[in-house]
Amino acid sequence: MLMNLFKFKGGVKPPTNKTQSVNLPIAQAPLPSRLVVPLHQSIGGMPQPVVEAGDKVLKGQLIGEADGWISAAVHAPTSGTVVEVAMHVQPHPSGLDALCVVIEPDGKDEWIPREPVDYKSLPPEEVRERLQQAGVVGLGGAVFPTHGKLTASKTVPMDELIINGAECEPFITCDDLLMRERAEEVVRGIGIFRDLLQPKKVLIGIEDNKPEAAAAMRLAVQALGESFAVVQVPTLYPAGGAKQLIRVLTGKEVPASKRSTDLGVQCFNVATAYTAWRAIAHGEPVVSRLVTVTGNVHEPRNYEVLIGTPMDELLKLAHPHPDTDGIIMGGPMMGFLVPDRQVPVVKATNCLIAHDDRLFPPKAPEMPCIRCGACAQACPHELQPFEMYWFSRAKNFGKTQEYNIFDCIECGCCSYVCPSRIPLVQYFRFAKSEIWAREREKNAADQAKLRFEFKQLREEREKAEKAEKLAKAAAAQAAKKAAEAVAAAAAAGESGAAPAADTAAAPAVATPTDAPTATVNPEKEAKRATIEAAMARAKAQREAVQPKNVDNLSPEQLKAAADIEARRIAAHLIEPQPADQTAPLDPNN
Amino acid sequence: MFPPAPFLLKDVSVSQVMIQVCVALIPGIAAYASLVGPAILVQLVIATLAALVAEALMLKVRGKPLALFLTDGSAIVTAWLIALTFPPLAPWWLVVTGTVFAVIVAKHLYGGLGQNPFNPAMVAFAVCIVAFPALMSQWPSVGLQLGLIDQMNIILGWAPRVDTLTGATPLDAMKTALKLGEGSFDVSTLLANQDIYGNFAGRGWEWVAGGYLLGGLWLWHRKLITWHVPLAFVASLSLISGALWLYNPGQFASPLFHLLSGGTMLGAFFIATDPVSGCTTPRGKLIFGAGCGLLAYIIRVFGGYPDGVAFAVLLMNLSAPLIDLLTQPPIFGMKDKS
Repeated sequence: MLMNLFKFKGGVKPPTNKTQSVNLPIAQAPLPSRLVVPLHQSIGGMPQPVVEAGDKVLKGQLIGEADGWISAAVHAPTSGTVVEVAMHVQPHPSGLDALCVVIEPDGKDEWIPREPVDYKSLPPEEVRERLQQAGVVGLGGAVFPTHGKLTASKTVPMDELIINGAECEPFITCDDLLMRERAEEVVRGIGIFRDLLQPKKVLIGIEDNKPEAAAAMRLAVQALGESFAVVQVPTLYPAGGAKQLIRVLTGKEVPASKRSTDLGVQCFNVATAYTAWRAIAHGEPVVSRLVTVTGNVHEPRNYEVLIGTPMDELLKLAHPHPDTDGIIMGGPMMGFLVPDRQVPVVKATNCLIAHDDRLFPPKAPEMPCIRCGACAQACPHELQPFEMYWFSRAKNFGKTQEYNIFDCIECGCCSYVCPSRIPLVQYFRFAKSEIWAREREKNAADQAKLRFEFKQLREEREKAEKAEKLAKAAAAQAAKKAAEAVAAAAAAGESGAAPAADTAAAPAVATPTDAPTATVNPEKEAKRATIEAAMARAKAQREAVQPKNVDNLSPEQLKAAADIEARRIAAHLIEPQPADQTAPLDPNN
Repeated sequence: MFPPAPFLLKDVSVSQVMIQVCVALIPGIAAYASLVGPAILVQLVIATLAALVAEALMLKVRGKPLALFLTDGSAIVTAWLIALTFPPLAPWWLVVTGTVFAVIVAKHLYGGLGQNPFNPAMVAFAVCIVAFPALMSQWPSVGLQLGLIDQMNIILGWAPRVDTLTGATPLDAMKTALKLGEGSFDVSTLLANQDIYGNFAGRGWEWVAGGYLLGGLWLWHRKLITWHVPLAFVASLSLISGALWLYNPGQFASPLFHLLSGGTMLGAFFIATDPVSGCTTPRGKLIFGAGCGLLAYIIRVFGGYPDGVAFAVLLMNLSAPLIDLLTQPPIFGMKDKS
């Protein structure tokens, strides 16, 4: 099939060093003495352990449950006994520990009951669910949970499904061997992805330095009657980067700010397709993967390795030369030296390279940047690495972002070509992590600021409310005083004229009513009339606001209400009527 | 602990870059030496020694590793460009002054390798032509045939500087004649003087320019320079000289004359392409090169100096950071955005 290929700018051509490890077929690595299976082997949520020390497990048994949708389950790679669930050092440049399930194999390698299914009979959600439960993740190195990528965009039609068999990093040949030996299952796996995503086209991209793999894939595609296009792309690092391969095959450029599905493309690694097929059609979760063991060894080769196998045990199979001084996990362009040779093989481990100074000569001392621009010409994302370096070095991180540092995929092309031997990628990682750290700090500070402002606001509001309350109380006090004064005046004018209190305390005013009323003068009489009228209005008002349910009460209820009222007054819960207070004034009359 | 990825590195270094620039200068130097004699080789040696001594001194003062930086070759490139742009019979101290000034002031006082905003060799040229205009304008007279000993004696000051030994460059001679002639001379009659001029430009100078062109193309082939700056330089110089030549062929020399005269080829391929002081973006490089060509023409034709390349490059050095800032190319995936 003839196809119009596109080019991406930049890229480098380091010596591929692939021929060493493709001469021998894939070998099954023997059972290691013990397996250390990290629970966190994919992007996303940290799976929770579902086994504990002493548990017997079977091969393929769930040991870590997916936590959330973007997370994938983890399984026992062989049958045996769980020795411990504990922190162990990880195959990560940080050298940090993480929770692992340590299994001592019983040597039987006994599977759990496997349930093969015909995925075509299942609804798509269940297929995705099964993939998650089987721990299928992107095996190209990013280990993103595969099921999370198998939902097409609702708004953008899915044009192309890209299958990545480019394998552009030097030394690595595990995808090459997988395609050569297991092409049929890879193609069947691609079929699952195709059925879930319904793309218009399926393009399988393979670098043209792997003609055997491409031929095997073509044959398998033909044999299975599929219409997938197997496309040989020019060998140019990093053609196997998802964004570069998408560019080469479709001409589309996915910026850092977008997902490929926004442009109607999705991309999976060939090994991911293979494990997806094994998971669905054989009921086998991901418990092993192909690993290239190469570099400073006698017998470079690809092995089918159980997840959790200690790296030094795996490396021994290839007979490393005695001057080996480290293990690189991944390729020489983007890989890293593992912090400890005991670290386990994980789902992201595609290659182990025995390191020595002959293969990887020590770097010459770093010189100042001469702005030659070689890095900019090599950058596949068309960035200006020397500018980003300049600002990273100066810790002017805002500027690094203006120069799009987050579009950097850390492929290492810039460092590879730099005549001044500046570890550019290292500077960019530093700048990115600093920016993230500052972002976190800023978020924390923003949160604290928000909390503080809210607290201030609340305190101010409470203060205002308190002040308002006080003002009201003061006003009430003043009103009360005024009323008392008036009442006193009234009492002085006409003792006993106060209306009978409608409370149970009424008898208290009985005595004053007996007082003589002879000393009435017309002025006082007028005042008294006014006050009486006011009090009558007040009483009417009080009655108006009284609950309606006190109407038509039975005598017992009325009595009970009166008793309650009496108790309330006795407990000073409500203020007695002003009329009551006229009593002490009586002796003056 | 081991260094981080990538573990594979291309076999390149600053020294290799600088050495290749020197190698690329050799065809031009050979043609130059055959034109003016071994004096130029003497000047190259003097300038190189002066540059290395000044470099070593500054590295020591600044506490930088001597061996690493002395062998990077950058001082040698600066020295060679100075020797090739100064008059070949200039007294030794003039070349030394220029070189020392370039290394100490134009390079190290700005922060050393990779930090200089101006091309050090062109700073040296500008300083010396302003400070010593007469000495900087005395070029070997046409047809002067002196042996190595005689030339060394002149350079080292052991023999008297006789006026008859020196004259103007063909480029300068043409300008002076046209200016003084007030229209009584025209270009074609001047060019007919086969003592001074060859087929297109100064006799013998055409070959020197050809040598630089050859070396420059090799640099481009080796991907040490991109095509942008030289092409823009040559194109803009050709355009402006061509336009004026078409307007009045009697008073303005042809584009070919300008391309093969003075420092055009050396400037376009070796000086304006200096990455440290020039532009770095593709569009920026085009603007930078075009600006150099245009300014060089204006200064050499209408200005008071024998040639305009040095000042043109320095003026464009001044503008380079701004040009870079305004010409940042769109990155992968962001090209649709306007």
